[in-house]
Amino acid sequence: MSGFLDAIGPHAGFILASYGASALVLLGLTLSILRDHAAQKRALDALERRGAGRRSGRETT
Amino acid sequence: MASLIDLANPTRFMRFSAVLLPWLSAIAALLIAVGLYLAWFKVPADYQQGETIRIMFIHVPAAWLAMMFYSMMALSALGTLVWRHPLADVAQKAAAPIGACFALICLITGSLWGKPMWGTYWVWDARLTSMLVLLLVYLGLIALWRVLDDPSRAARAVAILTLVGFVNVPIIKFSVDWWNTLHQPASVLRMGGPTIHPSMLWPLLILAVGFTLMALSLHMVAMRAEIMRRRVRTLTILEAERLDRLAAQGVPA
Repeated sequence: MSGFLDAIGPHAGFILASYGASALVLLGLTLSILRDHAAQKRALDALERRGAGRRSGRETT
Repeated sequence: MASLIDLANPTRFMRFSAVLLPWLSAIAALLIAVGLYLAWFKVPADYQQGETIRIMFIHVPAAWLAMMFYSMMALSALGTLVWRHPLADVAQKAAAPIGACFALICLITGSLWGKPMWGTYWVWDARLTSMLVLLLVYLGLIALWRVLDDPSRAARAVAILTLVGFVNVPIIKFSVDWWNTLHQPASVLRMGGPTIHPSMLWPLLILAVGFTLMALSLHMVAMRAEIMRRRVRTLTILEAERLDRLAAQGVPA
């Protein structure tokens, strides 16, 4: 590890912090979008199972 | 053109995006992996910047994407205001958090590059300040969507504000030419071609395409979520009306 840090020079901390912060922001963005997608899909599936949106009062079987 | 208009239909978009998404994500992951390998193991240290050149491989694509996503939002805003197309509003809403994240990455990485190279994390020069304004505009638009309950009212208000805020995009791009800034002038997207050595230019372009495809994949997923959110809202209202009717008729739900 120290060999790697030596190889990227005296500004290793700045370089690694840049990549770490970018990875963190992109990971957070990706997870929040995927979680939102999954939550909306669950909600939509539940509504469709209940027969929401049908004009009649009949339940789906 | 006709096929593009056909695609701009929520149901068709859901079918088309389901097929395209795995391919787009896989190509994005491959390009990012190749680009990062080249950026870390093949690109030589810069004669002036040393190893901090590696920060540029994240910083520059992030800056491009922050501006590209805002430009996409401005086009979508026109679609909302002029043609009142429902998918335009969905595209605009889904793009804002993605553009904001890339603007944030641009500012963080630029700041971490600035300290060792300029001796400071931040200066109020035209390029840095206009990029900060872009991030604040993104956050303002996201907040505006959240405070207005009615989606169609929110869409029009946000579309107008998006078009007003678009004036900042050319300011960001040309700030380094119009004013005397600490930030260096354009070295890739400029008249007369890039001034970067090909050994650094190619990994930068590969990463730029990789991050663009990643951002477009995320945009597609976010659009799918937004379309489903609107269907959930409509179905919830229809279900409540149906239950009200049944209750009025004395039928158990």
